[in-house]
Amino acid sequence: MRKKLWLNLVLLLVIPGFLFIASCAKKTVTSESAATKAVEDDSAQKAKAAEKASQQELAKQRAIEMQNLKEQQATREKMAAKNMFVNEDISFDFDKYNLLPLAQQVLQRKADWLWNNPDVSVIIEGHCDERGTNEYNLALGDRRAESAKTYLMNLGIAGSRLTTISYGEEKPVDSDHNEAAWAKNRRANLVIE
Amino acid sequence: MVSCLNISKIGSVSKAVNSCLSSFAVLFLLVLTALFLIIPPFCSAEYDYIDINNPFLKKIPIAIPSFKTVTENPAEKRLSVTTSGLLSETLEFTGYFKMLDHDAFLFDPEKSDITALNTNFQNWTDIGAELLITGLLEIKDDIVDIELRLYDTFKAKLLIGKKYKGLINDRRKIIRRFCSEVTYYLTGKSGVFNSKIAFISTGSGNKEIYICEFDGHNPVQKTHNKSITLSPAWSSDGKWIAYTSYKKGNPDLYIKNLAEKRGVVVAKKGINITPAWIPGKFALAATLSFSGDPEIYMLTGSGKIIKKLTDKWGIDVSPSWSPDGKKMAFVSNRSGKAQIYIKNIASNSVERLTFQGRYNTSPNWSPDGNKIAYCGMEKGEFNIYVINVDGSNLFQLTFNEGDNESPSWSPDGSLIAFNSNREGPHRLYVMTAYGTDQRRLLSLPGEQTNPKWSLNILNN
Repeated sequence: MRKKLWLNLVLLLVIPGFLFIASCAKKTVTSESAATKAVEDDSAQKAKAAEKASQQELAKQRAIEMQNLKEQQATREKMAAKNMFVNEDISFDFDKYNLLPLAQQVLQRKADWLWNNPDVSVIIEGHCDERGTNEYNLALGDRRAESAKTYLMNLGIAGSRLTTISYGEEKPVDSDHNEAAWAKNRRANLVIE
Repeated sequence: MVSCLNISKIGSVSKAVNSCLSSFAVLFLLVLTALFLIIPPFCSAEYDYIDINNPFLKKIPIAIPSFKTVTENPAEKRLSVTTSGLLSETLEFTGYFKMLDHDAFLFDPEKSDITALNTNFQNWTDIGAELLITGLLEIKDDIVDIELRLYDTFKAKLLIGKKYKGLINDRRKIIRRFCSEVTYYLTGKSGVFNSKIAFISTGSGNKEIYICEFDGHNPVQKTHNKSITLSPAWSSDGKWIAYTSYKKGNPDLYIKNLAEKRGVVVAKKGINITPAWIPGKFALAATLSFSGDPEIYMLTGSGKIIKKLTDKWGIDVSPSWSPDGKKMAFVSNRSGKAQIYIKNIASNSVERLTFQGRYNTSPNWSPDGNKIAYCGMEKGEFNIYVINVDGSNLFQLTFNEGDNESPSWSPDGSLIAFNSNREGPHRLYVMTAYGTDQRRLLSLPGEQTNPKWSLNILNN
């Protein structure tokens, strides 16, 4: 008897609950057809899969990018080192070919680079400013290139990797006619063969 | 191509001689022939006209009226004006003369006689002329006859009389030859008229060698290396030229025969630069750095090393020979700075020549053997100096006009060519050996540097 009461009570509570659920469900079903629902379910699944895949892809790409970035960074650093090696000139005083302290520092960096790049041979170009005789300047440029070569050899770079050429005053980097330009033009620079 | 005949005092040439000359000259147009010698013009050379110790202190006033023409032919008239103008310019180039203005002439010289007989010399002395040149010109087809006479107006005396025959296109040659006669008569030297000047020009976009006549006329590009070409050097006979070029990448030494386009290349390791021919020999000095140090060597004309001429660590460049070939001036930094030294080849002794200033380069030995012109730096400016070979009598020739470099003596020692950036880009200039009459030699596109004057190499 007590059991029946419980059952009734449960039914009393559960059936309206079912009814409520059913009514709600009915509402949804009436607003959308069964076919579309099936498609919906399918595409949602597919989208999920795709998203997952793309996320995986992205992660992969990110990894590759990171790798690339790292490589690029390394290349950039290498290039920067190379550019510095190629672009950083060794400066001289007027009518002089002795290596000033700053020029020696530059040459030490160049020796480091040459040491790390043992397959590279270079041409050392000697240059002068436009003042004075171009004939004398040809010899002065020759001495400047030879000074740089000797210094690099003393730092352990094989002489067979270093050739010299003098351009005298024929190839200025700055064609102005003032001390700033002349200072830039009194130089030795290294060109990779 | 040009034939020449001396004219007697009166200046008449017999018809027979004349016609004989015509056929002769036409037959041998390519042969330069001095046919007759009626009066020897040189034996009585009188140097009192020009003070040879400083010929440019006082210029001789000279009148050169337009040449008289035989006919009224307008072509003849035109040629008379241009040719007499050319004569004026050519003589004025020497720096010895002051050309009197045609407007000052007291009568129309074309209407008067060109011979001394009927010349009223007072008309010329009144306007200050000490010398007078008259001319008579006649065209027959493409052949021109030119009679030229140089008079001393105060003495009313014919100094030189010459009759020339040649192609109209050879009139520059005729004028050059007469100018040689005039300067020889007045100074004892035949001048610069048969010389040429080699130089470097960037007109083509690269530094290449060009050659022009003594007065800058007719510049011709001689190298087409399409790279940096530098330091032309003439052999004594003018047939060979040596220079440095980067044609194959390295500064190599080229020794070339100008006419036959043959030659050799000295392409040793390092620099192969600054050639200088030994006077009268097929040999030259040049700086080579194959040993690891730039030293001056003596080479044969075919590029073989004969011997080492300098032996000092550091820079040794820019040799210049004394005219007798016994001594060599050169630049060395053995003192720590660029200075000029002289080496006696026989005794092997070396003496320093320049002591003033911290940078003296580009020595060029004068044709008389007594002086050396060079480029020196004072207060950041480069100027041309001349010094006696014993180190005395230092003179500065250029002042306050940009940088002035690469002096080169004319073959008679009366003029010095150099390059200067006084008007902006480097161009060629000429001045007298005393620094007077500085003027631009020529107008070309680009920059011109490194003038090198030849000896009198053109055939007369």
